[in-house]
Amino acid sequence: MKKVVYTLCFMCSIRCPIKVVVEDDEIVSIEGNPYVGAMKGGVCPKGAAATGLLNDTERLQAPMIRTGPRGSGQWKRVSWDEALDYTAEKCKEIFSKYGSKSAVWCERTNFITDLSKTFTKAIGTPNYFTHDALCKGSVNTACRSLFGYTDAQISVDYGNTKHIVLYGRNIFEAIEVKAVNNLLDAMGKGAKLTYVDPRVTITAAKSTRYLMIRPGTDLALNYALMNVIIKERLFDAEYVDRWVDGFEKLRTFVDRYTPEWAEEETGIPANEIVALAQELGEAKPSVIFHYGYRGANHPNEIYFRRSLLILNALMGSIEAKGGIFFKKGPKDAGHKAGLRNYSSQKFPKMEDTRRFDGCGQDKYPIADPAHGVGGMFPLAVLNEDPYPIKVLFAFRFDPLYSIPDLNQNLKALEKLDLIVSIDINWGGITWMSDVVLPESTFLERSDPIKMFPGLKPAPYRRVQCVTPRYDTKPGWWIVKALAERLGAGEYFPYESIEDIWNYQLADLGLKPEDFEAKGFVELSDKPIWWDRKDGLKFKPPSGKIEFVSSLMEEHGFPSFPPYEKLETPESTFRLMVGRCAAHTHVATQNNPYLNELVSENVLWINNKKAEALGIKNNEMVEVSSKVGKGTLRAFVTDLIHPEAVFILHGFGHQEAGCTRSYKRGVADTLLQEHIMDTIGGSPALDHTLVSVKKA
Amino acid sequence: MGAYCISTDPQRCIACHACEVHCKAKNNVPQGASLGKIVILGPKLVNGVPRMSALFLPCFHCEDAWCIGACPTEAIRRRAKDGIVYIVADLCAGCKACITACPWNIPQWNPQTGKAIKCDLCMDRIDEGLEPACVAACTTNALRFGKPGELSQETREAYGQAVLSKGFAG
Ligand code: SF4
Ligand code: SF4
Repeated sequence: MKKVVYTLCFMCSIRCPIKVVVEDDEIVSIEGNPYVGAMKGGVCPKGAAATGLLNDTERLQAPMIRTGPRGSGQWKRVSWDEALDYTAEKCKEIFSKYGSKSAVWCERTNFITDLSKTFTKAIGTPNYFTHDALCKGSVNTACRSLFGYTDAQISVDYGNTKHIVLYGRNIFEAIEVKAVNNLLDAMGKGAKLTYVDPRVTITAAKSTRYLMIRPGTDLALNYALMNVIIKERLFDAEYVDRWVDGFEKLRTFVDRYTPEWAEEETGIPANEIVALAQELGEAKPSVIFHYGYRGANHPNEIYFRRSLLILNALMGSIEAKGGIFFKKGPKDAGHKAGLRNYSSQKFPKMEDTRRFDGCGQDKYPIADPAHGVGGMFPLAVLNEDPYPIKVLFAFRFDPLYSIPDLNQNLKALEKLDLIVSIDINWGGITWMSDVVLPESTFLERSDPIKMFPGLKPAPYRRVQCVTPRYDTKPGWWIVKALAERLGAGEYFPYESIEDIWNYQLADLGLKPEDFEAKGFVELSDKPIWWDRKDGLKFKPPSGKIEFVSSLMEEHGFPSFPPYEKLETPESTFRLMVGRCAAHTHVATQNNPYLNELVSENVLWINNKKAEALGIKNNEMVEVSSKVGKGTLRAFVTDLIHPEAVFILHGFGHQEAGCTRSYKRGVADTLLQEHIMDTIGGSPALDHTLVSVKKA
Repeated sequence: MGAYCISTDPQRCIACHACEVHCKAKNNVPQGASLGKIVILGPKLVNGVPRMSALFLPCFHCEDAWCIGACPTEAIRRRAKDGIVYIVADLCAGCKACITACPWNIPQWNPQTGKAIKCDLCMDRIDEGLEPACVAACTTNALRFGKPGELSQETREAYGQAVLSKGFAG
């Protein structure tokens, strides 16, 4: 008998709503949830490859304890009890010497994030960080500096936009199914797409205007756009008057940044900049300057991300149809409360609240402690600053391939006494771990319910579709089992997923059965918009969008420091990294289907530059930076700016157990220098200079 | 293509290749083979402007199919009711005659079973009233499945409506 399950994909972090058909404990099909119109029944290649993951004999299959040296691939399979007891014994030993603060928990945000936070609070360590910080820490900080909300609390109304400007937001390759479909619908109705990137991507090929910009100079383009928008009074004057604080400061500041000045810096003709500003002025307020998906490119990241948000504010597109909107939660929909959290229980007082990354404290005072500053992890370990870090819990997050400077990361691992990973697949960190706790895939487990705020807020549920293929467990089970052995079991008052669901839903007046029919429950029938005249709830002290940010100024960071020119020395290139539709971060390169689509990364290099270096298409080249070097195939093309070279993120795996991805391509973190946006908290992933020669 | 055809909307297609993966997962297609294939032109610069296009190529289910004629064991058949050309796996001897006979080499080789395999438009799904896996779960709804006449009607209707509504908007 076939059964239909409405659940949530987790082949990437977007977590699209899907409809899974199951028969005899096997997956028959995976399609977009038909009750969510924008899915259009679709599922991207990664979602399509979910059965490749489910049935993969090369993924983690049982708890394991390392028997040989770290990274040697020598393991013994053990029972869950043995693995958990061993982990707890080791932790207790280490904590008795260094305190529980010597443990760091890092993860890719997921549906048990509330329980991971409960875990760190219950065992008494302030050291928790998420992958978000490495991907978009500066976007988060920029948002809070202007609106008082994080980037996770805003979103984009693609379907109604008249003109969207994407800066390297390669929306048609780094896919969110709903966003892609909404934008394609809008374009079908005549919406314009301007795409700015040193590289011609699929998004560039589908755009209505493509601007090949000099790498690293996007901020200069934006200052010139502001200059034109203000001089030619193309902005939404009414909106700016009502909702913006610090407009005059901005006007004076951008006065010097003319289109002609920007042409020199960016390589984009001044008349194109003026034309773009004028077109956007006509389409306002249904325009979007996309504030970024990954926002971790250059050291001035926070200022670039702020400039995008400021441009939206000038266009009056914040909380406008076809612009940017604030996501509404259960309270906006008239509910007294939302989902109940475990992490808001009362916990024992922490002995030492100083964090490893100084986030929200001395080192990164205005970055968001909810995500931390993951880039600081290797430095904190190596320098024992502010104290020794000895234990790492890595939950579906791979610091080795995510934090720049792989060699430095490896050195930091040497100083750790215990590395525990909870994951689905082998990866850089799992391979280097002491204990591996395998999690069930999203098709084999149920998860806590997740609230998706938006114009129509709705909680969604992930439910198990098939029985686990191997000896794996759900994350919520693993974290509780660990806590129990560390004397913190009381903070995890559940036995089953049903207990968790009932606890979460208690204040919302919903029951788990309410999710059977569609996989989600909409809390509002109509989209909820705030009133643009009087109802915008900006949080900074002025109650407005603060161009001059009190958050920043109070901590000694200027709101408008002068633009610093960026030089790319002759004979070097800016190394850029990015994504393709076939892979998720560093996690899917060994998936049989996805590996077949894209099995290695290649070095995109400009044809004229390649010719000068004597490099031919498909030849092996050596790429080297200050911190590392690697060899891979060259893709010689006119589709990239001469000052840039590009590789896909996520390749160069060294885990011998993964035969399809083993030693294919080069890891971007091997080449990337550890450069940070020291205000916003993102690493500068596209800032490293490299040289290239024939291998 | 027998009674059916699959058309591609290059405006919507984003070259993500999900259609191929959906096909492979549904039909258990081994590595190296693909029953349905999305062919992508570009991205490339045409007079400095980036361009791209796409065309999905499953089996054509030809009226007068070369593969059927070439098969010595009568393993390849045409379904009477809708003209779908399919392989009866048990009868396939693995001689590969169909692969070479087809002008586009559309039948594929399964090294695990030693037999030829080919697109049957997911006829089990069609019999359940569903669309082929590639079409149903294309990321962007860029693929359309139907009878050639229907597709033409729908496309003309949609185009006409768009032209007319532009007049209204003015
Ligand atoms: S974008 Fe793809 S992988 Fe990510 S959740 Fe959606 S279907 Fe799954
Ligand atoms: S799944 Fe759809 S959008 Fe993706 S390549 Fe195939 S036809 Fe194009």
